[in-house]
Amino acid sequence: MSIDAIDRRIIAATQAGLPIVARPYAAVAEETGLSEDEIIARLASMQARGIVRRIAAAPNHYALGMAANGMTVWDVDDSEASRLGTKVGALDFVSHAYLRPRALPDWPYNLFAMAHGADRAEVEEKRAEIAALLGPACRSGDVLYSTRILKKTGLRLAGGAA
Amino acid sequence: MRQKPVDLDAPDRAIMNRLQDGLPLVSEPFADIAEELGLTVDDLLARVSRLRETGAITRFGPFYDAAALGGAFCLCAMAVPEARFDAVTEQVNALPEVAHNYSRAHRLNMWFVLATETLDGIEAAALEIERATGLAVLRFPKLQEFFIGFRVAA
Repeated sequence: MSIDAIDRRIIAATQAGLPIVARPYAAVAEETGLSEDEIIARLASMQARGIVRRIAAAPNHYALGMAANGMTVWDVDDSEASRLGTKVGALDFVSHAYLRPRALPDWPYNLFAMAHGADRAEVEEKRAEIAALLGPACRSGDVLYSTRILKKTGLRLAGGAA
Repeated sequence: MRQKPVDLDAPDRAIMNRLQDGLPLVSEPFADIAEELGLTVDDLLARVSRLRETGAITRFGPFYDAAALGGAFCLCAMAVPEARFDAVTEQVNALPEVAHNYSRAHRLNMWFVLATETLDGIEAAALEIERATGLAVLRFPKLQEFFIGFRVAA
């Protein structure tokens, strides 16, 4: 999965977003000195390779009344974790789901899923839904609510060169 | 950081829902969407611009897989004694490798993401935090990622 210098130019030009105009890829083409067709073809290629996940709008959860979220964590049988993680990740109220290593004895959980809801009560309902979906392959779970953002920076594009 | 829900009318909501599904990779991607939603392209563009400006849409464009672009990431957690919480926050946040940091209601009360150019950089940053704070940094690198379904109904 590699990207070349032209891909990087396109990424740099679109990382902050696309212009909201009738022909957004033509606008990117002008900025990067490439053709509109090439921008579209390269974005399509990067999408096919998983480098571009999607071209879409990200909604502000708070603006839409989804004010609460909780990091739900689960101790799922290793042999079932991948199959069940896929199901949890497909839930429409789960924004991210990951398998991660346990840190025993402090931390028995290997499946992490961020659940969103209008308020904490709704997040708890969602958590119960996840527990029901995981069933007996899940030995225990917990939920961690954030109490404060201590730092938040944008992710930077690593490495200037191709 | 809490903010009031914004006022959205029915077309705004339809737009918010539709644009989460993704934009086609064609020369005039808004044309099809406008037709789908029964709007003119000009009205659609004006509304999307306004939703972006008012913050109802936080970002519009390609979403890149940061790991695929090169770079390494690792979720980390620490159990920080309450009396030292602010001081440790300063020590942790001082590292440019710390991309996000949240306090969470749990014995492991500080959760942050390290973002570096290389895997070695992750280990170096975690060791630096352990050295500076004298606290253990638990590392939770992702083994597998699942993301498919998430939508926020507008």
